[in-house]
Amino acid sequence: MSVFKKLIKRKSAFFSLLILFSFYLAAIFAPFFSPCPYDEEDMDYLWAPPTKIHFFDFQRKIFFKPFIYAYKYKIDEYYQRHYYEDKSEIYPVKFFVRGFKYKILGIFECDIHLFGADKKIYIFGADNKGRDLFTRILYGARISLSIGLIASLISFSIGLIVGGVSGYFGGKLDNIIMRVVEMFMMIPSFYLLLALRASFPPNLSSTQIYFLIVIILSFIGWAQIARIIRGMALSLKERDYVYVAKALGVSDFKIIISHILPHTLSYALVAIVLSIPGYILAEAGLSLLGLGIQEPEASWGNLLSSALSIVKIRIYPWMMIPAIFILLTTVSFNLIGEALREILNPKENEGENFRDR
Amino acid sequence: MRKLILKRVLFSFPLLLGITFITFLFIQIAPGDFLDTLRLNPQVSPQIIDLYKKKFHLDKPLIVQYFFWLKSILKLEWGYSFTYKAPVIKVISSRALNTLILSLSTIIFSWLVVFPLGILSVIYRKKFMDRVIGFFSYIWISFPTFLLAIFLLYLATFVKFLPLGGMRSLNFDQLTKWGKFFDLLRHLIIPTLVLSLGTVAYLVRILRANLLEILSSPFIKALGARGLSKRRILIHGIKNSLNPMITIFGYQLSGLLSGAALTEIICGWPGLGQVILEATRSQDLYLVMASILISGLLLIVGNLIADILLAWVDPRIRYERF
Repeated sequence: MSVFKKLIKRKSAFFSLLILFSFYLAAIFAPFFSPCPYDEEDMDYLWAPPTKIHFFDFQRKIFFKPFIYAYKYKIDEYYQRHYYEDKSEIYPVKFFVRGFKYKILGIFECDIHLFGADKKIYIFGADNKGRDLFTRILYGARISLSIGLIASLISFSIGLIVGGVSGYFGGKLDNIIMRVVEMFMMIPSFYLLLALRASFPPNLSSTQIYFLIVIILSFIGWAQIARIIRGMALSLKERDYVYVAKALGVSDFKIIISHILPHTLSYALVAIVLSIPGYILAEAGLSLLGLGIQEPEASWGNLLSSALSIVKIRIYPWMMIPAIFILLTTVSFNLIGEALREILNPKENEGENFRDR
Repeated sequence: MRKLILKRVLFSFPLLLGITFITFLFIQIAPGDFLDTLRLNPQVSPQIIDLYKKKFHLDKPLIVQYFFWLKSILKLEWGYSFTYKAPVIKVISSRALNTLILSLSTIIFSWLVVFPLGILSVIYRKKFMDRVIGFFSYIWISFPTFLLAIFLLYLATFVKFLPLGGMRSLNFDQLTKWGKFFDLLRHLIIPTLVLSLGTVAYLVRILRANLLEILSSPFIKALGARGLSKRRILIHGIKNSLNPMITIFGYQLSGLLSGAALTEIICGWPGLGQVILEATRSQDLYLVMASILISGLLLIVGNLIADILLAWVDPRIRYERF
């Protein structure tokens, strides 16, 4: 617990924690925060700019009350839509309104949403099919934020066990495992990502793709961790208590699990936190190229895919908003990881732990 | 020294075998193969496809196929690309050159910038200059490259001078020799910035930390006691803080062909990244294998060069290892 307290005392780590906490909260309760379903298309709102929320209308004597106008559009000679606000009628922004039905945490049925209006309220604008970008970012957060966590946990469990076994037993087994690890580290990870993705049929369901990406990411990530854990295990196994355990007849497997790996955990924690951004970015990259999560499902990566076209981001700059979310998340994880590293200071601990008998 | 190089080269062969085999496995496990596009073409008769199947050994088990590929590689036959309808060597060589241009410009730019920045932040330690450099290096380290690419391209839409992706202007062929050169430079600006900002930030931090550590060591104090000027002392310090930088340099060298894939795709740079993306999508086996092999080779050579450089710079390592 004291580590957590120390973490909160640092300003940067505190704000990072706050940002991540709110993002994960928003992801978990995504339907509550979103004014409309994530795949609801609206032909009248293709590429509609963010809805402006007004507070004053002097003719109608409205002060300090949020309301919106409906969007109408004109089509110019290039078949480009130009949206403008139709000021003939106002639609007040309401809070805790009833809308589409959803299930909180997949259990309780509910239809209350944080905000809404009688007309479309798209606070981040709309995409090519007239869907609400804000809602899609919320739903995308579910995929993008969880993929990083799960993939890093899986690759860490593999890396811990493989590295622990390799370092503890040493000899030929160690040699073979390390060669395999080196091989994995040598293949450029982006190419490996592509090759792995290519080895599965392209038309999978979105759940299948989700798990596929998790597996691919952990498949790529375990090698590096295994190598570092192996190095730690190599010197940890020379410690007194390991010899004692051996003399008492404790099995090798149990020694690894309960006497070697626990000492690598403080390092592992730092490395887990620092590795999560990499996984999030890898998923985003895959989805960006159209190889990851497919429409209509949303992930931060595939939301950005329309930002790949420079013409589109010039005309519809709000399509870059997902990038800001990706950036905030990766920076936050990095800041927390750095702070954790300084607090736990594995390097100094290493020196202490690894001092010769 | 010679012994180490020999050992390294010998060790690299099984590694290359492993890498290529894994890639081969993944590409060929997937349903379908590179003849699929031909199969969809009504003008190609099934007999021809069968003929191709025989010719490229697609009717044999996976392991046998792999050995056939190995055999042809040893004869320096790289195979045929079905997506680009050209020999693989032709596709790769033109694209690899483009990637090489980009990577080299990145390396040159980043190393030109790193030393002044690092030294400045050491000289003005804990003053305004150092704070500014530290702040920016912190931002750029955690800035994902493809997001940076998107942001920079967006900003470039407001500037007339900067091209929006690609490698050459439309009127490239009509330009003079120098015109061509400057046109290329203009197109290099954004991808180079995207690729180098992260590295620069990282290197500056490392250089600063190293230099500070070295400058507080006893031998520097001894130099000061002997009355050397501050500049000379600094030069001594820089020389001694080069070690980790050189390791990173080798790492950069090894990533020459593979480090820039996503940035290339986003910036529309016609390099290896786009080719590989296209090739893996259409399961263009020979093309994928060739590019993986080349980048793997480069990785090994890069690490080797880094080791040699390290030994060359630091006599301690030279005597210890060789």
